Amino acid sequence: MHFPIKRRVAVVGAGMTLYRRRLQETTKEMVFHAVKMALDSAGLTIKDVDAVVGGSAPDLFDGIHMKGENVITEAGGALKPYLRNFTGGTTGVSQQINAWSVVASGLADVCISVSWEKMSPCHPHPQYAFWTIFDRIIERPLGVNLVWIFALEMNRYMHKHNIKKEDIALVAVKNKANAIDHPCAQLPAKITVEDVLNSPVMCWPVQRLDISPPSDGASAVIFASEDVAKKITDTPVWVVGVGRCEDTTYWMNRDLYFPYYAYYAGQQAYSMAHIYNPRKEIDVFEIYDPFDYKELHHMEGLRLCGKGEAPKLTREGVTQRDGDMPVNPSGGLMGVGNPIAAGGGMKVCEIFWQLRKEAGKRQVKKDATVGLAHAWGELMQGSSVLIMKV
Amino acid sequence: MEGKIGLERKIAVVGVGWSGFKPFTTEEYRELIFEAAVKAYEDAGGINPRKDVDGFIGVAEDLWEGISIADEYYPDQVGAVFKPENSVSADGIVGFISACMMIQSGVWDTAVVEAHSKISEVLSVNDLLLFALDPVFNRPLWNVDPKTKKPVGGHPYMFAGLEMNRYLAETGTTVEQCAKVVVKNYRNALKNPFAAYGSNLTVEDVICSKVVSHPLKELDASKFADGCVVVVLAGEEVAKKYTDTPIWVKGYGFCSETSWLECHDWGDSVYTRISGEMAYKMAGIKNPRKEINFAEVDDTFSYKELQNLEALKIFGRGEAGKFVEENLTAIDGDFPVNPSGGSLGQGNLFCANGLQKILGVVLQLRNEAGKFQVSKAEVGLAQAWRGIPTTSGAVTILGR
Repeated sequence: MHFPIKRRVAVVGAGMTLYRRRLQETTKEMVFHAVKMALDSAGLTIKDVDAVVGGSAPDLFDGIHMKGENVITEAGGALKPYLRNFTGGTTGVSQQINAWSVVASGLADVCISVSWEKMSPCHPHPQYAFWTIFDRIIERPLGVNLVWIFALEMNRYMHKHNIKKEDIALVAVKNKANAIDHPCAQLPAKITVEDVLNSPVMCWPVQRLDISPPSDGASAVIFASEDVAKKITDTPVWVVGVGRCEDTTYWMNRDLYFPYYAYYAGQQAYSMAHIYNPRKEIDVFEIYDPFDYKELHHMEGLRLCGKGEAPKLTREGVTQRDGDMPVNPSGGLMGVGNPIAAGGGMKVCEIFWQLRKEAGKRQVKKDATVGLAHAWGELMQGSSVLIMKV
Repeated sequence: MEGKIGLERKIAVVGVGWSGFKPFTTEEYRELIFEAAVKAYEDAGGINPRKDVDGFIGVAEDLWEGISIADEYYPDQVGAVFKPENSVSADGIVGFISACMMIQSGVWDTAVVEAHSKISEVLSVNDLLLFALDPVFNRPLWNVDPKTKKPVGGHPYMFAGLEMNRYLAETGTTVEQCAKVVVKNYRNALKNPFAAYGSNLTVEDVICSKVVSHPLKELDASKFADGCVVVVLAGEEVAKKYTDTPIWVKGYGFCSETSWLECHDWGDSVYTRISGEMAYKMAGIKNPRKEINFAEVDDTFSYKELQNLEALKIFGRGEAGKFVEENLTAIDGDFPVNPSGGSLGQGNLFCANGLQKILGVVLQLRNEAGKFQVSKAEVGLAQAWRGIPTTSGAVTILGR
């Protein structure tokens, strides 16, 4: 692998809809709103767009087969190159890498990357759809769902490093509080560690307030080549590193305490961006946090701290918005909501706004010039990482 | 490492592998993938995917697989564990193009594309096709009988029937000419050892087969098959390391027309035209009929082959039917089309259709096609469509 990237690519616009448990809008309308906002923020029209990349997770949620095809016109992809990226939970960031490659390869000058998810049509609860991600022969007969396997992983992580639930709950407290300043957030709240510990147990040690909610929502990001980006805006946010990694499907063969997939995806992105010490060289992080422990888990995987040290950093307030290493200043999936693919898309939007100093009340205290967005998914096995710089 | 980046960077297909294609396979889909991947890696000079390949692209669509997030199940079989992996829910050629773009971005040097079909496990293909319709505007067309809970008032092939009718009306092509495509492709498939449905039909057999949706007959529609195709791609600098017969990617294009069935052009294949134009521009092709020697185009329905050939500007509008009748598109003709048997002869592989086409073109260009080898194979074109009710297609041009 080598990185003589000559064609620089910048993010020039971003937009997102409200994230809610149930949106009245149809999938097509959500996608349209997100794309419109992104185009408006960049001062572009759909005519300026050369290609469109869509991203959405399981078709089962909105019950539309080949659902990428369902939103082509609304995403602005009519009569244009259009493709749908789909890598489970990593889609939100993975599709940005796909869109980046559309521009970086020279195929297009401007590419919109839109991610959406409409989970509410799935009855009685979207979590039932996750049963179908498991192996048909050896796992589905157990009646498993996501909460179940994450409980196993959380238990292993806590046991290995002797971490207390109180420490993990601090992440939920931080992220939900951060989300209070996010205008699109679904579950902003001022809660305490006790609230988390007293919330109903879903599957020990996962409790209700440890989990992000199912949501409806869409987000969009616009990528442009260097010459076009400089015409559009004075402050393009450059994409400097991309990384993806996938571990084995057979999660029962893995030691769940450390996310090697995040480690390798991070390593790729760091080497491409010439980053040697991510803790020092990157200013703001949006790390995938569908469960509160996952933020800690992934911080360790991305080499932001040693194994088992993430809870300490959280306790010391290092990861707060005014801390030395702000993590999830948007409120993350815990606070803003988790429409699977759009959750990752929101993280890229947030880094874009943070680096442009457009995040308003959510703006991190330190002068942020480099940011990292990370998503995780598939059968708890894949990660994708995007590093951006002003 | 020095090398050109961007569209100037040349990419070669250095290995292809396949398993199937059969109407029904006893192997599980993971075994199909493994078989195809091993063949492809051997074909690429015995590469080790764990060391030599930089990234992997899978092509899958959830409801065809019966698994949500279907792509999570392929890293182990193709050797992608701890490697960059990506998946697109699109046609195989779009997956192929995604890999090309990653190579041309400069991030990867070698990439693997995988697509498979295990459609024999899907009991309700037609119901699933109707699920691909817009839930608000189009699905009410598909009424459900409250007593039997079965859909009434429409077979999903009604969309193909409507398209065919419009195409025939606009261009003056006849049903016999469409039937001739079926006869040709089924006969070509007899020469292809991995085709599922080779047989010796006559035009009467096709025209007299059951009407599915007028004017579309049962034999006008391709039958389904299981199978997997894996393709190994490499950038210019490394391609020569793996093979003596690299097949170069000269151009590619992909396009979607619209998400609104009502608004799409029923008579013309607009997405093929636009993706063809993209690919020709990239390959510097001015006169496709002269500069391309043969083509593997989408033929999931017989009329599609004619419609696509016209959209690709290989034949003028309304001329394709005539040329098929004159045997111009036969294996020994002036411009062979679907010498491998196409989807009609080899079986419809759904998401893997595009890679099936690429496989056919690569074998021809390497002179490895055996009995279905065309006489002149310097530049070939592969085109695929995602099937009803979509309006998405992709084109790639390969050359020696």
